[in-house]
Amino acid sequence: MKRSITRLLMAPSVILLLVWMVVPLSMTIYFSSINYNLLYPGRNNFVGWMNFEFFVTDPGFWIAISNTLTLLLSVLIITVVLGVALSALIDKPFAGRNVVRVLLISPFFIMPTVNALIWKNMMMNPVYGIFAWISNSLGLEPIDWLSNYPLVSVIIMVSWQWLPFAILVFVTALQSQDTEQKEAAQMDGATGWHIFRYLTIPHLARPIAVVVMIETIFLLAVFAEIYVSTGGGPGYDSTNLAYLIYNQALLQYDVGVASAGGLFAVLLANIVAFFLIRAVGKNLTV
Amino acid sequence: MAYLNITELQKHYDNYHALRGINLKIQEGEFIVFVGPSGCGKSTLLRTIAGLESSTGGSIDLDGRDITELASSKRDLAMVFQSYALYPHMTVADNLSFALRLAKEDDAVIKEKVSSVSASLQLDKLLERKPKELSGGQRQRVAIGRAIVRQPKVFLFDEPLSNLDAALRVQMRLELARLHKKLGTTMIYVTHDQVEAMTLADRVVILNAGQIEQVGTPLELYRSPNSRFVAEFIGTPKMNLIKLDGLTREGDMLQLKLMDTLIDFPVARVHGPLPSNATIGIRPEHLTIVSDSGDLTGRVELIEHLGSEAYTHIRLANDQTIIVKAPARTEIKDGEMIQIRVDRDELILFNESDRVFSVVPEEANHE
Repeated sequence: MKRSITRLLMAPSVILLLVWMVVPLSMTIYFSSINYNLLYPGRNNFVGWMNFEFFVTDPGFWIAISNTLTLLLSVLIITVVLGVALSALIDKPFAGRNVVRVLLISPFFIMPTVNALIWKNMMMNPVYGIFAWISNSLGLEPIDWLSNYPLVSVIIMVSWQWLPFAILVFVTALQSQDTEQKEAAQMDGATGWHIFRYLTIPHLARPIAVVVMIETIFLLAVFAEIYVSTGGGPGYDSTNLAYLIYNQALLQYDVGVASAGGLFAVLLANIVAFFLIRAVGKNLTV
Repeated sequence: MAYLNITELQKHYDNYHALRGINLKIQEGEFIVFVGPSGCGKSTLLRTIAGLESSTGGSIDLDGRDITELASSKRDLAMVFQSYALYPHMTVADNLSFALRLAKEDDAVIKEKVSSVSASLQLDKLLERKPKELSGGQRQRVAIGRAIVRQPKVFLFDEPLSNLDAALRVQMRLELARLHKKLGTTMIYVTHDQVEAMTLADRVVILNAGQIEQVGTPLELYRSPNSRFVAEFIGTPKMNLIKLDGLTREGDMLQLKLMDTLIDFPVARVHGPLPSNATIGIRPEHLTIVSDSGDLTGRVELIEHLGSEAYTHIRLANDQTIIVKAPARTEIKDGEMIQIRVDRDELILFNESDRVFSVVPEEANHE
């Protein structure tokens, strides 16, 4: 009796969440199996696997997959390595530490579109960007980042955006590190590097796993930075899966192929998650 | 020349003077205990000796070598921390061998040392475990083992037993005493527990507000403290302190006026100038309940039966409560009026600035 009442009371939220998930997913599956182009309304006949075939044989498909994975891995490596290094650096008390911490964390508060605009117009612009000014004042040829190194530029922007998250997690984790352990190691003759290598890094294993997992979820779907800065180009050079889907749906008005792409993205996310959880998930089970 | 020689040691924090000129000589092989209330500087003193805190004045010599400015790893000291500070990601064996591996000792030597230490501390079956898989007592032994492996000149202990439960604490205390007998190495031990101090120490150093209050063997401190602070700090239950109602000199006797009674006290047992008034200190076991002609009278308020003895809380005529140690099967009842006799030989006199100005006779050796 009591059980059924609890179930009854939970039902609305469970049903709502279920509908929330099931409806978009089934509609995506449905759209991916019909001919659904916004330019030719009314011709929504069933086409089987054709949309998938179109998406996979798109010249941008494999480039987008490889760009997505390159972006993901590069940003993960940059944010984790730099994040650990910077957090360890600002762990010791020094004058103005709080200000430095706030500055290090503040990029996280900036929305991705603004972030991309700042990098595009103020930093990387070949005429009046800060990088161009630095090159000029050293007598070097300014680099046109967005046209010559589009993917690298996107990686820099996204890393800048996500480094604060890593720092935030690592700084908090470092504060919970036992000072007596460090003192004991110090008395055992350990140098700063030894303490970092044998005590700090193992201590950070779990926070690193958390950062990698959470960042992965968001990095697989990077869109705003690409849209605002490079527009996926030149060519497909900075197009990732999310941007390719957008390209299909809203630039070529082909909802069917875009839906098929969406299902590929779900598949890719699951494959990546599978390997990631096998690689770092063991740190989480203690 | 002492083995460990601390001279005029000072430690200033930004706005706090933690150590105010510590002078201490420690002989080789001694077991020294620093004891005092929290905030007295005992841990700071230990950490300064260890080199984990830098001193702001004075010097520390160990075995004829000035170690004041030396890095803590170069001082030939090993420390056991309150939280044990085991390296959580290493096995017991790796914890024990960490210092030796950093010193790039030979693998065979390391193995040999680790196995001999782990055998002597009964850790040999736990070598492959991680610290979180050990009990409190086992972690404690690993922490001690990690110190022993390095064969230091001095062991430092920072309240090592305070995280253990009462039964285990008594057992570890015995093990530490045994260890000191076996190794014969100099040990410095910090605690706030005066029972640990009394039972372990060769000599106890009592600290108060960044200064050494008194140094001596446990029994010296117990019988002849030189200040009210030491008298009250050592001994459970606390020494009874009663303010005198008058102090006059009659020939070679002092007359201590205690409410209606006069107690004679030989002038020979007093040193320094005679203050106008004084407080007497007397431990509960030096007061006896008598049927008549006692020195004090009072009403029994509460009796604590401990089995082996009973502590009687008695309210005196001046409304002060004192504690008297009575035999286990005492016939006394709550609310009864009783008389108490004071053992003259064990009486201690404090002047108005709380220093002791009397001495306890040598021969006061009660059977």
